[in-house]
Amino acid sequence: MLERYLLISALLFAIGLYGTLSRRHVVAVLISIELMLNGVNVALIAFSRYTVPAAVRLGGAGDAAAAGALTGQAFALFVIVVAAAEAALGLALVIALFRARGTADITEVSLMRR
Amino acid sequence: MENAFQEAVFWALAAVTVGGALLVVTQRDMLRAALALIVSFLGAAGLYAQMNAAFVAVAQVLIYGGAVSVLVIFAVMMTRDVPAANRGAPVQPAALAAAALLFAGLAWAIAQAEWTLLPDALPGPLEAVFVDSASTLGTLLLTDYVLAFEAVGVLLLAAVIGALALVRER
Repeated sequence: MLERYLLISALLFAIGLYGTLSRRHVVAVLISIELMLNGVNVALIAFSRYTVPAAVRLGGAGDAAAAGALTGQAFALFVIVVAAAEAALGLALVIALFRARGTADITEVSLMRR
Repeated sequence: MENAFQEAVFWALAAVTVGGALLVVTQRDMLRAALALIVSFLGAAGLYAQMNAAFVAVAQVLIYGGAVSVLVIFAVMMTRDVPAANRGAPVQPAALAAAALLFAGLAWAIAQAEWTLLPDALPGPLEAVFVDSASTLGTLLLTDYVLAFEAVGVLLLAAVIGALALVRER
């Protein structure tokens, strides 16, 4: 059960990486990064559901075990928040870039190269 | 019977999630790519729900399916007239090779690793934790991870103010 969720997670991450490297539209690059973050979340939640938390393995019970079992979900929530911040800031940058240069093609934004 | 149904739901959700992701990276029309992104996010939310993570699933629908996708669609609309970038998306063999290599490596690692797994049917006390995950998560975020929780709040505030400052008309 764990393995197949991890495979989906790896697949999402690889697809996102491919999109990030191969697309030229800035928004496409950004949403590919969102796909990668989403893949990580699938892995975090799968680990939270299917592996024995360390607190339980060390003999803990009650609240410690409960907290240990949901640590992966808490991490996933943090990833969601950071991804939302990244999306807001990244898309604002895209709009500012489009206003300044009239293009959303990352291969044409090469000011730092010269 | 119930098991077969769960299997079917799992494979349907997996197909929606991965299919949506594939459309995102292959679709040349940016608006369609953004819509495929929403489909993929909603499929992932279904997967979370299947893994007894109801709260995260709802957060995923609200934040990704609602807020982030609206942002993305706005950005696509406001950078609409860029035929060059839309036409682009050339299949770069190097990118494909890198992604395939990464996936092969991850799949190998997944096949190799050994985990101490919970049984598929959760023991009673743990099942209660997963069913009532919202309250446990709330406690967890305000005790063990309170520092990270506050930091991420400040980060989000700074990001939103920064976004506003960047797009303000002068």
